[in-house]
Amino acid sequence: MSNRLSKLGRLIDRSKQVTFSFNGTTMRGFAGDTLASALLANDQMMMGRSFKYHRPRGVVASGAEEPNALVGLGEGSKFEPNQRATTTELFDGLKAQSQNHWPNLDFDIGAVNTHLARFLPAGFYYKMFIHPQPFWKHIYEPFIRKSAGLGKAPDAETRDADTYEHFYAFTDVLVIGGGVAGLQAAKAAAVTGVKVLLVEQTAHWGGRAPVDGGSIDDGPVDKFVEQIVAELEAMDNVTMRLRCMGAGIYDHGYALSYERLTDHAPHAAGPRHRLWRIRAKQIVTATGAIERPLSFAGNDVPGVMLASAMRDYVVNWGVTPGERVVVATNNDDAYRTAITLKNAGVDVLRILDARASGGGALADEARALGIRVDPGKAIAKVSGGKRVKEVSICNQEGIGGARDEVDCDAVAMSGGWSPVVHLWSHCGGKLIWDEAQAHFRPDPDRPPLGVDGAGFVSAAGSANGALALGEVLSDAHATGLAAAKTAGGKAKRPKAPNGDSTTETPMEPVWLMPANADTPLRMKSWLDFQNDVKVSDVQLAAREGYESVEHTKRYTTLGMATDQGKLSNINGLAILADSLNAEIPQVGTTTFRPPYTPISMGAIGGEARGKVFQPIRRTPMHDWHDRNGADWEPVGLWRRAYAYQRPGESVEAAVNREVKNTRENLGLLDASTLGKLIVKGPDAGRFLDMMYTNMMSTLKQGKCRYGLMCSENGFLIDDGVVARIDEDTWLCHTTTGGAERIHGHMEEWLQTEWWDWKVYVANVTEQYAQVAVVGPNARKVLEKLGGMDVSKEALPFMEWRDGQIGGFDCRAYRISFSGELSYEIAVPASRGQAFWDALMEAGKEFGVMPYGTECLHILRAEKGFIMIGDETDGTVIPQDLGLHWALSKKKEDFLGKRAQERSHMADPDRWKLVGLETVDGSVLPDGAYAVGEGTNANGQRNMIGRVTSTYYSANLGRGIAMGLVKHGPDRMGEVIEIPGTDGKSYKAKIVEPIFYDKDGEKQNV
Amino acid sequence: MLILHCPYCGVDAEETELHAGGEAHVKRFGPGSDDDQFHDYLFMRENPKGVHFERWQHANGCGKWFHVARCTATLEVFGTYPAQTTEPPQEIRDAITAKRPGWTWREFS
Amino acid sequence: MSEPISALNGARIEGIAVIEELGLQGMITLRGDHSDKGLVKAATGATGQKMPGQRQALVEGESGLCWMSPDELLVLVPYTEVDAKLVEMQKALGSSHARAVNVSDARAVFRVSGPNAREVLAKMAPVDLSPEGFKPGDFRRTRLAQVAAAFWMEEDGAFRIVCFRSVAGYVFNLLQIAAQPGSDVGAF
Repeated sequence: MSNRLSKLGRLIDRSKQVTFSFNGTTMRGFAGDTLASALLANDQMMMGRSFKYHRPRGVVASGAEEPNALVGLGEGSKFEPNQRATTTELFDGLKAQSQNHWPNLDFDIGAVNTHLARFLPAGFYYKMFIHPQPFWKHIYEPFIRKSAGLGKAPDAETRDADTYEHFYAFTDVLVIGGGVAGLQAAKAAAVTGVKVLLVEQTAHWGGRAPVDGGSIDDGPVDKFVEQIVAELEAMDNVTMRLRCMGAGIYDHGYALSYERLTDHAPHAAGPRHRLWRIRAKQIVTATGAIERPLSFAGNDVPGVMLASAMRDYVVNWGVTPGERVVVATNNDDAYRTAITLKNAGVDVLRILDARASGGGALADEARALGIRVDPGKAIAKVSGGKRVKEVSICNQEGIGGARDEVDCDAVAMSGGWSPVVHLWSHCGGKLIWDEAQAHFRPDPDRPPLGVDGAGFVSAAGSANGALALGEVLSDAHATGLAAAKTAGGKAKRPKAPNGDSTTETPMEPVWLMPANADTPLRMKSWLDFQNDVKVSDVQLAAREGYESVEHTKRYTTLGMATDQGKLSNINGLAILADSLNAEIPQVGTTTFRPPYTPISMGAIGGEARGKVFQPIRRTPMHDWHDRNGADWEPVGLWRRAYAYQRPGESVEAAVNREVKNTRENLGLLDASTLGKLIVKGPDAGRFLDMMYTNMMSTLKQGKCRYGLMCSENGFLIDDGVVARIDEDTWLCHTTTGGAERIHGHMEEWLQTEWWDWKVYVANVTEQYAQVAVVGPNARKVLEKLGGMDVSKEALPFMEWRDGQIGGFDCRAYRISFSGELSYEIAVPASRGQAFWDALMEAGKEFGVMPYGTECLHILRAEKGFIMIGDETDGTVIPQDLGLHWALSKKKEDFLGKRAQERSHMADPDRWKLVGLETVDGSVLPDGAYAVGEGTNANGQRNMIGRVTSTYYSANLGRGIAMGLVKHGPDRMGEVIEIPGTDGKSYKAKIVEPIFYDKDGEKQNV
Repeated sequence: MLILHCPYCGVDAEETELHAGGEAHVKRFGPGSDDDQFHDYLFMRENPKGVHFERWQHANGCGKWFHVARCTATLEVFGTYPAQTTEPPQEIRDAITAKRPGWTWREFS
Repeated sequence: MSEPISALNGARIEGIAVIEELGLQGMITLRGDHSDKGLVKAATGATGQKMPGQRQALVEGESGLCWMSPDELLVLVPYTEVDAKLVEMQKALGSSHARAVNVSDARAVFRVSGPNAREVLAKMAPVDLSPEGFKPGDFRRTRLAQVAAAFWMEEDGAFRIVCFRSVAGYVFNLLQIAAQPGSDVGAF
């Protein structure tokens, strides 16, 4: 059994007991425990079941690389699946549940899959679900949906109760990893005076060096860590963060670091996670190394662990994973585990050293403690279901026969160490194969390149392949110093500390144990614990022709789980290389992609959720609309009232009421969102003649003109009324969504094409609150408010005047998008609400009602006025819409003119704008297509047009629509067929696109 | 995520402040141009692996358009310069030559 | 007659920094050549300030000049004096090619102050806000989360932020979240 030792545990505080629960059972641990160490202390070795076969799984590692011990944490709005028990700090009241089983962890129906393993080979999905196609909907899809997914999704009805944030940080040197290498690199950099940011993913400094022993400057490692941390903390140019994982490195010195602020203290105030968005001149990755498992049969039975992890549990948390332990290794480092266990009072039954020559000084030390060391030996098989029971021992060179059985309850395995090269590789750093240590390490000659074309990342310590303590420190020191100098540090020659550890004899790569394991053993030798990929799966993939490691990864799912193959990558590709008779460097690794370990979606989104998910633009009268029944519609980032609902009224009824009232009495529209651009300068007229299809330079002061804008491709991009303000100033109205876009469009042409033209543009959209006062009573209400003469004579149609109305400084435009008598009045935004209130008050006797965007649309459609975004979609030219009158023939050039001469643009078969009237008066479906004779090459009916705008007109008592139809203007009176998606087919007559007041008398009174 | 130096306001701006504007030094063809010229102006763009010239706008910043000479393969930036020019300035060309001897791009080298 | 109302009518909140929406501030966008004599006269005359250097704000009380781009200044004057100042400036500009436009109502102004003010801004703007990177008088146009904004440092520990009026509510909410209790970073 696993249990708490009476001594050891450098990270726990035995005076502070912590209570938590696992699958509903209350357990106790100590402050400083991880969930994994606390579970082990409670003899809970089995922590979950595997993804595919639902095999019992125990914790195998002690840190971020853990593949098995994934749990669901928290409840309700704080529930989160797939959290690694090894990186979860214990706190009072923590609630965890294991995953991938039903009905419970001990007894799981899904475990039947393990007996079906031979029917679930590599590429199972590819092989199984290709055919027959009809099986998909009712057989394959339900099956895949049921079995797919790791862990449980949070309750769809709850919302994450926490907040998150981003933080932009700029530094000279970023050091990722707070082990002894990171600390030393940070110090070496900091003494040169540069700014240093040091981040460490765990809750403590020093990494694993204090566990591994040795000495630094003749003192214990712990002492060194304590001293260097104190020194760094005292330096003003150093920022240090614990619980802050370097997640990714990107172009030009950009790095993301994921800080977990309250995961360990859920009741603390403030955000839960903070994503640091860092720009660094130089980045040092001191990310350490990860021990590799050994591939032997039953290496996934709970109780089989990485040797280093077992050592961590004993030294850091005072927990032993077993009482009778067998150690299997191909290197000297695992002997440290045996020695540590033995010194802690645990029985170490055997050290099986796959190397025929056995180990060096550490082996002697182990023997001296009375531990039996067997060179040339291997594990043939580990037996036990939910817990290791027995190990069968064989010769490493062989197929696994002539076994010797040992009863035990835990196995420590070590296949050598792989540098954590992930962050080095994220932005293109290349690797080299280190034959002696059998691992990939960063190639210093091919680093990630920065903005200046020089390398901006360097690896330090064991992340750089330096595994012995002395090398780790000297390498980190040199790397930190070099990075600081590149980042502008002053030349200093500080001395590196002197690390000393027991000399190790060389490791020997062992990719399979025993070397020639037979098929039954290979079928139980796991490579990827999380995705249940075995040695036999990779070998099968190779036999089936998979040669690329990237393809094999996807075919077998090796390394595709949430741990991204931290333990399985090298072993897997070694097996693949062996199967292909290739060298490991030729096969290469898969691509390392950020983040290093999964980070929360909340951290990625930062503050952008809830009310600040996206900016909402509000007009000065927004709150009034909200209080008065506005049914909001998003228009760009603006919110506009679609209609104003009265109590008990449907939206449709509100729209119809507004439509009739505006035509019959008086309507007010908040038109503040319309873009307003001031264009000024000696060349402004000439410039606007280029921007608009019509002539703007000839517009007289005091007058307005409706204008069209096209892109250089000839397509319509915007429209609006332009007013000539004075000799060299024009004011251009744009669509609601168009102000910023058209402002940018103008600036782009001015800055990049006609930079010698003297024109300045200003976006004054938000300077004004603009109200459209519309309807037969429009003039009456303005006259009642008094001030400016708004008579037909003083302010004729398509003119504007400055003055005062009701005491408000304003500019009144006599323009109409409804076909009614209409004024658009602009007042300073800060007086918008007051002006609106004055209009509402004065308008009472004239039947005033506010109206929304749907009413606006219906009124304009009744008049056949086009709407950018309805009648246009980026492929429509003015000629398609019958707007030839707005295309100047006098101008030599305007944006879009040349494009409109292209053959396709002049094609008589282009769909043209017409009005559409349903034969039965019903409303056409929006966006529906009209069908004609014959079928196309796919056997579908030929299309001859589509509906661009369609409404119910309360004024006319029938549906009205506009559409683009092939040869439309030549087909007046023809009835065309328009199938809907509702199963009905509509019949519509082609008519002129103007349904109301065809002569325009109402607007010009 | 790129960092580009805005030659107008002097900021080393990250990409979220910037708006990409495609190939630089495209010559406009308007009315009077033949179909091939106009077609090339609208649609034909360089797509090199290596030295490239681009337009960028410091949109969330000073609002100015500028040009960037950079390597599309390594993302190395050779230099940035104001957009009010029809061809890359000599010092930019020299900077590229120093790093990529023998480079060519369209009619420039 | 009613008083003009700023976007949020003086909203205020305290967290790890104090966030205040300030009242209406007179603002004139002035475009033109910074070396043009007429422009210099118009700008300095209206505010009593010198011409600011690149990315500088020279502001005292409600009057000042902010460097917006090589051909644009933001001229700050008291709100009630904008019209008169515009007339004065037009006169000073004379025949210079320039454009002065009142944008006072198109903007909202916030003050963020307190020892954590730098951090609050650094949560939203991709700008180096460390004491070495941003000093009193420095001016920066950038984005705050998803909207364009400009800010300058009045004195160490206090910033003024200018954004569009329509997104004042969004910016205020952003600042409130960024200044929530318990969220101090401790990086500066």
